[in-house]
Amino acid sequence: MATRQTASLARLMRAPAIILLLIWMIVPLGMTLYYSFLNYNLLNPAGTSWAGWFNYRYFYTDPAFFDAIRNTLVLVLGVLVITVVGGIAIALLIDKPIWGQGIVRILIISPFFVMPPVAALIWKNMIMHPSYGVFADIAKFFGAQPVDWFAQFPLTSIIIIVAWQWLPFATLILLTALQSLDGEQMEAAEMDGAGALSRFIHLTLPHMARAITVVILIQTIFLLGIYAEILVTTNGGPGNASTNLTYLIYRAARLNFDIGGAAAGGIIAVILANLVAIFLMRAVGKNLD
Amino acid sequence: MGRITLENVTKRFGDVEVIPPLNLDINDGEFVVFVGPSGCGKSTLLRLIAGLEDTSGGRILIDGQDATATPPAKRGLAMVFQSYALYPHMSVRKNIAFPMRMAGVPQDEQDRRIEAAAKALNLTNYLDRKPGQLSGGQRQRVAIGRAIVREPSAFLFDEPLSNLDAALRVGMRLEISELHNRLDTTMIYVTHDQVEAMTMADKIVVLQAGRIEQVGSPMELYRAPKNLFVAGFIGSPKMNLIEGPTAAEFGATTIGVRPEHIAVSGTEGRWKGRIGVSEHLGSDTFFYVEDTGLAETITVRAGGNIDLHHGDTVWLTPDIAEMHRFDARGDRIA
Ligand SMILES: Nc1ncnc2c1ncn2[C@@H]1O[C@H](COP(=O)(O)OP(=O)(O)O)[C@@H](O)[C@H]1O
Ligand SMILES: [Mg+2]
Repeated sequence: MATRQTASLARLMRAPAIILLLIWMIVPLGMTLYYSFLNYNLLNPAGTSWAGWFNYRYFYTDPAFFDAIRNTLVLVLGVLVITVVGGIAIALLIDKPIWGQGIVRILIISPFFVMPPVAALIWKNMIMHPSYGVFADIAKFFGAQPVDWFAQFPLTSIIIIVAWQWLPFATLILLTALQSLDGEQMEAAEMDGAGALSRFIHLTLPHMARAITVVILIQTIFLLGIYAEILVTTNGGPGNASTNLTYLIYRAARLNFDIGGAAAGGIIAVILANLVAIFLMRAVGKNLD
Repeated sequence: MGRITLENVTKRFGDVEVIPPLNLDINDGEFVVFVGPSGCGKSTLLRLIAGLEDTSGGRILIDGQDATATPPAKRGLAMVFQSYALYPHMSVRKNIAFPMRMAGVPQDEQDRRIEAAAKALNLTNYLDRKPGQLSGGQRQRVAIGRAIVREPSAFLFDEPLSNLDAALRVGMRLEISELHNRLDTTMIYVTHDQVEAMTMADKIVVLQAGRIEQVGSPMELYRAPKNLFVAGFIGSPKMNLIEGPTAAEFGATTIGVRPEHIAVSGTEGRWKGRIGVSEHLGSDTFFYVEDTGLAETITVRAGGNIDLHHGDTVWLTPDIAEMHRFDARGDRIA
């Protein structure tokens, strides 16, 4: 009785926040959905009319569309692989007591504080630039032809930049997981005859499973929407080589002033994000309970 | 085989010498208990034997072979940790199988040994559970199971019962003793609880500040404590220690009389006092006698039916034959 009362009271108290959040989400989503069925161009707002499925068909038949989906997935996957593997490696390294540990940790975390466009500009002009970037200097030092990163490997370059930005986040989360690993368990395994590699596979990795899941889920949310790094470096090119779905929508909305088309792209992006989310929850979500 | 010899084993953490050079012989099949107050270096000594800590000096011999530099896994010893240190994401079966898997024991042999261990430890119904779904006593048994299947030459236990409640502790104490009788393997058992030491050990090693105060069988330590520290540590309730003129009467700086070696009477006796607290346990009665002029309180054990209570004046008579005498340095006077 008492608990049932408490439960309904709790539901009542939660309601305002949940309703507010719902409105917050439903209204923009509903408007986007509505716009996606309109012929609505900012260059000719007076000529707005019902378009039916035209915007979707237009996106679907655009050769850039499937490139964009593929690039989105490659970008997300590439960054995830680099940050999770790299994050585990760095976390293992800085977990050991070393001289200057505090400074090393701050240095490793610092990329996270650099805002994305700035980070991308630094990489573009100071590191990957074919004539005065650091990579070019290194190539020249070894007598090799400098690589024009953004022309030759546009998507790879963006993956590197984004991975650099997200590595600290992954490292930090994985490091805290590593630090909560029980020392006696490790010693027990050592006495049980497990070598360093076996201990890593049988104890450390399962212990970090939850943290790895968190890293993957959170990063995926943000990586699906990567945009600033593309804008300031490759502009989605050459061709569509580094255009992801977000950037394609941006192009429709801001370069072609096609609100209807952009809205349709947005809805497609939402569907894609949900597909990815369902897939992820199936694949790694069981680690969370 | 499990003969372990420590020769001048020393351990320093930085500048702090936790274990000064220490010598000890542990025979094959013996149940040895390291006992001492918290922080005296019992765990450190056990970890040195296990190989989890490096020695700062001296040698450790296992079955006559120098094992000082041998890695833990190669020493043939199995350890049961205070926190149990079970692998939380593995089932009980996998936990027990882990050391065999690492050693490459064939699957059917693994199954056979798991079966046997589970049966001996009453774990058969829990083999597919995770450690998190077990009670403290069951986890303890899994940890022991994981040690048994390795068929080690010696078992090392570090305060294995300290996380259990009192009733379970008595039960597990018996189980470990039975295990020792059945396997006949050397066991080294660390505890700060002198009752565990007295009830389980073939040989007790009393430690204080990393030094061995006395080595002997439980009854040797009870009957003839070598010094004041051992006298105060072994026995429950503690031995009464009396200084001053009363001790001088017996030609000692300090005399010790155990509570069970003092007769109590309501009418006559050697020392007069007044009962402070009295504890009636049914089988026994403990009196904490005050105002004797000998020590702050004198603890006395009497039978269960005695009719004396708080505030009563009593007379105490020590059994002179069971009295222990100590000199100014705290050493036993023979
Ligand atoms: N890794 C370590 N570093 C520094 N001092 C330690 C370390 N381990 C133990 N000690 C010190 O060594 C002493 C003995 O510790 P320990 O063997 O754990 O005692 P016990 O098990 O008898 O309670 C304590 O004073 C403790 O502070
Ligand atoms: Mg200890």
